[in-house]
Amino acid sequence: MSEAHGTFRGYMTGFVLSVILTAIPFWLVMADVLDDTLLTSIVIMAFAAVQIVVHMIYFLHMNTKSEGGWTFLALAFTLTLVVITLAGSIWVMYHLDRNMMPMTPHEALQKP
Amino acid sequence: MHEMTPPPGAKAPVFYEQEDHAHGDGGTLFGFWLYLMGDCLIFAVLFATYGVLGRNYAAGPSGADLFDLRLVALNTSLLLLSSITYGFAMLEMGQQNVRKTLIWLAVTGLLGATFVSLELYEFAHMFREGATPQRSAFLSSFFALVGTHGLHVTVGIVWLVTLMVQVRRFGLIEDNQRRLMCLSMFWHFLDVVWIGVFTFVYLMGSMR
Repeated sequence: MSEAHGTFRGYMTGFVLSVILTAIPFWLVMADVLDDTLLTSIVIMAFAAVQIVVHMIYFLHMNTKSEGGWTFLALAFTLTLVVITLAGSIWVMYHLDRNMMPMTPHEALQKP
Repeated sequence: MHEMTPPPGAKAPVFYEQEDHAHGDGGTLFGFWLYLMGDCLIFAVLFATYGVLGRNYAAGPSGADLFDLRLVALNTSLLLLSSITYGFAMLEMGQQNVRKTLIWLAVTGLLGATFVSLELYEFAHMFREGATPQRSAFLSSFFALVGTHGLHVTVGIVWLVTLMVQVRRFGLIEDNQRRLMCLSMFWHFLDVVWIGVFTFVYLMGSMR
């Protein structure tokens, strides 16, 4: 991250990879290739995860050694918090929503 | 770190910082990395909000009605291109080539500005159709998330122009190199966030 300005080869590798990893999800959704919403969602999220790793390595020059490993430790900690925030919010709110009394928006507006 | 008080009997202050720092940049880059991690949490919260509210349309328009994926694809490629052109600017910086560094920075800035303009065009289009943030929970969380990203890019462009002026005036001195490396991290980080936005918001929102 800190010492490296990167190399031309590294940037081009990252760029080509990310173009491929962007093009495929857009194609899958725009051409409706898989004909299955759930499967498409899972596939494009997997592509996004891979692309994020590619960007981290080739553009942000992330590795486990820069600054004596502290950048990586900070990243690992942040990712843990991100996962808790995302998974926790969606999980809790989903169950809250399911266990609430059914109500139409109109009824909700009439509530005191 | 510096002890500014002269010891008894001495006329001049004595500086006690003797040892070399672990990293030559004085820790700025690591500190900026920590800031980015904090920023990452802001986006995580906004993504979580969108994840919870993103399907509550309140009988209003849904993502499938509103999003134009061709525009989003164009915007994505612009941001992706700006990442690689910023990389080229960093490579020219390593070669101490002021002119080429400035050219690549200018290209990056123009790509970023086009991105923001297209996003504003998209927002204006949605507003004309009545899809304002107060229309539904989906739209509130959409504008909060995508708007925050757009604001970050806008601030990044302001920062980029500022650094171009600095490099033009003072050359690629050590201070400017450090600043350019911070902006490099910021710019690539925004690209990483955009991957989440186009996947989670636009692509998944467009599927019925």
